[in-house]
Amino acid sequence: MSALVEAGGLAAGYGGRPAVHGVTFAAEAGHTVAVLGPNGGGKTTLFRALVGDLVPLAGSVRVTGRPAYLAQTERTRLDFPVSALDVATMGALARSPWWLPARRADRRAAAEALERVGLEVETHARFGALSGGQRQRVLLARALVQEARVMILDEPFGGVDPASGERMDAILGELRGERRAIVVATHDVAAARTFDRVLCLNGRQVAFGEPGTTLSRAVLEATYGSEIVVLEEDGGPVRAVAVQHHEH
Amino acid sequence: MPELVDSLLEPFRSGIGQRALLEVVLVAAIGGALGFWVLTFGLAYGAESLAHGLLPGLVAAALVGVPLLLGGLAGIAAAALLVGLAGRDERVGTDAATAVAVTGLLGLGGVLALAPDVPPRLGELLFGDPLAARAPDLVAAAGLVVLAGLALAALHRPLAAVAFDRDGARSLGLGAGRVTIALLGLLAATLAVAVQGLGNLLVLAVLVAPPVAVRRHASTPARAMLGGAVVAIAAGVVGLYASHHLEIATGASVALALCLAAALGAGFPVRGPRAPARGRLRRAPG
Repeated sequence: MSALVEAGGLAAGYGGRPAVHGVTFAAEAGHTVAVLGPNGGGKTTLFRALVGDLVPLAGSVRVTGRPAYLAQTERTRLDFPVSALDVATMGALARSPWWLPARRADRRAAAEALERVGLEVETHARFGALSGGQRQRVLLARALVQEARVMILDEPFGGVDPASGERMDAILGELRGERRAIVVATHDVAAARTFDRVLCLNGRQVAFGEPGTTLSRAVLEATYGSEIVVLEEDGGPVRAVAVQHHEH
Repeated sequence: MPELVDSLLEPFRSGIGQRALLEVVLVAAIGGALGFWVLTFGLAYGAESLAHGLLPGLVAAALVGVPLLLGGLAGIAAAALLVGLAGRDERVGTDAATAVAVTGLLGLGGVLALAPDVPPRLGELLFGDPLAARAPDLVAAAGLVVLAGLALAALHRPLAAVAFDRDGARSLGLGAGRVTIALLGLLAATLAVAVQGLGNLLVLAVLVAPPVAVRRHASTPARAMLGGAVVAIAAGVVGLYASHHLEIATGASVALALCLAAALGAGFPVRGPRAPARGRLRRAPG
């Protein structure tokens, strides 16, 4: 096994203050890693360190090649005049000179990636006019065109319709078969159980390992704090539901 | 019919009119295209600050007798430095510090330009007068169109990728900071060249008004740039005609025509489904 992503004692944050620290984990080729944690727990900060956007405050991080990064869709500009095909074609920027126009082969690869994510009908639709799930699939198509060995996906299933979720799930399975390393932030504990490894964060690393042995009630409570209800089935905890507090 | 052609050509029979037309067309072409990216990157206030802040450099160059282009570039560098230094004081805040620094520079330039014993052309630097464009201004404007046009073509994909998704662009190997600096460099060059013939007022109108007019109606960045250039040229020519027939100041007339085009374009209903609101949310660590 060869690790495509490795972090050791990693701390990352903003203005010299760590938002997450003590992160030590690895993602092997052909492995999926689910990153669990509450909002503000450090998932996005970790991802920004993995893609090189943040310099580690402590520890080390190593990623093979340039990772493809699928940010939360809300961070894209919905008013920017681009089609689904234009967005997918942007992925080719990672492997071709930026000063030249997109080649025909790049646009063909982008069209094929859109087909792979089930959006061949929406190829020429304006990105901002698509549904949230469709937009996530377009961004996944852009990541596919990038041909990166490491894919980092920040809550790709958040607010996504079931059809989009299933399609993306199937593609992640295919990518695993292509021996890529896939790191995914998610809130869905049940889904995390289907990954090869889970990494639990709450401002620090709570746990890392195989889901069967790692996702215990104690780990989930340490990850999400006391404000959760852990729903259990025969095999153990399947879902952590945050309790909403309303201020009056 | 010949009378109509005659009346259309009349403002441009003289060398002054022809040079004014060429200056306006050249600057409008590049300003209208570049303006799309200036607005998309949220740099309209920055463009205004640089355009106003460069005035002392421009006036000093005219007083000393060195080319205005050098004065404009030096003025932009000085303005950028002053704004950067002023913005570092967190007690004041970047917006307020920029406003104070730029207003101070504009005031300094005004004091120099409007002093009684300086050459008469310096007043034009403030308010703009395309009729005063000379051959060197046209050469500089033509050079700008070629070089900035090539730069915009080369930067098209990085600009689009960063404007669309800054985080995603980073993973494609594009630094948002570097792309923004390249855009600022183009903006500075355009301001330094265009401001010589068109003044502070007009140069800003030609950058900001055309994209406001077209960007809600454009389906691609390339069409927004092309549309911006066409609108800027058309409004510029309308402004020249208005100035000629109504006998009003040419720079102000062109600027007003551009702003009118912006108001019309922004108010015109968008065809098809309404463009969605901006989707970028506050960036929260986590």
